[in-house]
Amino acid sequence: MIKKYRQGAYYGIFFLFLSVAPFFLTDFRAGLLAKFLCYGIIAVGISLLWGYTGILSLGHGVFFGLGAYCMAMYLKLEASPSGIPDFMEWNGITELPFIWTMFKNPVFAIAAAVLVPSLIAAFIGYVTFKNRIKGVFFSIISQAVVVVTVTLFIGAQQITGGTSGLTNFFTVFQVPLTDSGTKTILYYVTVFTLFLIMALSFGLTKTRFGKILIAIRDGENRLRFLGYNPTGYKVFIYALSAAFAGLAGVLFVLQVGIISPEMMGIIPSVEMVLWAAIGGRFSILGAAAGAILTNSAKSYLSESYPEFWTIFLGALFLVVVLYLPNGLAGLVEKVKLRFAKKEKKEEVKHAGDSLVS
Amino acid sequence: MQEILSCRNVMVDFSGFKALQGVNLDVKKGEILFLIGPNGAGKTTLLDVICKKTKLTAGTVLFDGKISLEKLPEYKIVHEGVVRKFQAPSIFIHLTPFENLEIAMKQKKGLFSILLAKMSRLEKEKIDSLLNKIGLFDVRNETASSLSHGQKQWLEIGMQLIQEPKLLLLDEPIAGMSGLERTKTGELMQEISQICTVLVVEHDMDFVRKYSTRVIVMHEGKVLSEGTMQEIQENEEVKNVYLGRSG
Repeated sequence: MIKKYRQGAYYGIFFLFLSVAPFFLTDFRAGLLAKFLCYGIIAVGISLLWGYTGILSLGHGVFFGLGAYCMAMYLKLEASPSGIPDFMEWNGITELPFIWTMFKNPVFAIAAAVLVPSLIAAFIGYVTFKNRIKGVFFSIISQAVVVVTVTLFIGAQQITGGTSGLTNFFTVFQVPLTDSGTKTILYYVTVFTLFLIMALSFGLTKTRFGKILIAIRDGENRLRFLGYNPTGYKVFIYALSAAFAGLAGVLFVLQVGIISPEMMGIIPSVEMVLWAAIGGRFSILGAAAGAILTNSAKSYLSESYPEFWTIFLGALFLVVVLYLPNGLAGLVEKVKLRFAKKEKKEEVKHAGDSLVS
Repeated sequence: MQEILSCRNVMVDFSGFKALQGVNLDVKKGEILFLIGPNGAGKTTLLDVICKKTKLTAGTVLFDGKISLEKLPEYKIVHEGVVRKFQAPSIFIHLTPFENLEIAMKQKKGLFSILLAKMSRLEKEKIDSLLNKIGLFDVRNETASSLSHGQKQWLEIGMQLIQEPKLLLLDEPIAGMSGLERTKTGELMQEISQICTVLVVEHDMDFVRKYSTRVIVMHEGKVLSEGTMQEIQENEEVKNVYLGRSG
């Protein structure tokens, strides 16, 4: 009971902090925080997939990127008065490719941003998990998917914008994107989305389904002999976390205003895993906070120590990997446990005192 | 008595090593059948074949007179009511005993059924009463990693029971247990045999003597002899390959 109450308190503090943060931050900082919140959404999905189910995906950048591109296509069309994006005109294309025409509809674009990543994840997941490919082998496959996707996006320059990606958006639903009012609304939409995603994920871990996820992590084969076929479960959670990443992509592109193949490549994909690791992959809140803290540290360090910041960041990763296997959330838990033990000891002492007297 | 399981000419070939060389064996409904034999006789391999952990090279495993187990994937064999307990306790250590039983419980185990599953009062009572039976009610909300070895074994037996099996396969259920724990496990097993058939691999002869209804001796991948413990003990051949050794 007390534990439940405490969890609620942590979540309360976290969201209270996020709700009031814009009042204390400059526009620039608030913009950065909004970006980090998108990363937080990805980290929550990674926590479910890796922390709870034990599946390490090193390719979530792709799902993030696909979501972002879907939204970016809509924004780009809205920013192209001639009906054809500028980079296509430079390439001598006079008619909008069929695949782009569908993205004139914002509802379609947002739905696709969530569905395309999850369907692709479901397909990759089904083929690999059904054939009982797991562990490192799955991680390697997920990396290969990143390489393939990035190469395809760069190669199909006429329809993807190539290495420079999609940018120069002006309005969303006819409202200017750079307005501070729009920015504030988008920020709170992001906070609310993060809240929904975290509530859904946290709730999911408390159900019987959540216990099956942990059982898959701790003994997939064992679970088979209890009458479960883990394939469906793994495909589902992989697709769900891909959908989260896609949704994060939508919010990212709206607030950051650009998406390029580089942003969905190997390095961002690995970084996503690090956010969850640093925050604590066994905790939904830990993973989300990890994404925000890691990226804040990254931007603070790169501004203050432009020459050494990568070394600091590397040291931070090393410390976490070596000394905090459960991340920052694990550290909080540890400290709390130590205090709890002390309290208990004191209680015993007092009991002893009263016995003597 | 009717056969619940019939193995016919079961062979397993581990790339050259013939672990099972044509095993013919019947398990009768309601009995506690013990499999004994020296190390490497193929006892555990036979259990592995029945639950599909190991694929057989030749032969058939017929369950309930009509279902060919060798053609089903592991989880479907479980759905038919054949449940296996492994030698090392393989419970889920990051879940509590209650949660371990919750997921093991007989229920629809597909993705969507589980996503929508809610703990009903009936289910909770079922789990609680089983927790009492296996003596883990007081620790039901601790993480399973903190249980003692014996408690882990019982939890696992509990996890097999709550699946309401028709045939329970136990691999050395009392290995590493203290005397008191052994007695308790034996009693639990006798209680289980009221509701299902039990096939046990065990090395401890006192335990076999006390709780078996029938014994099968295996040697070098074949069935050597079968009968009651008394008959087995008087069998010269068995004495030579197995019992004689321990004096």
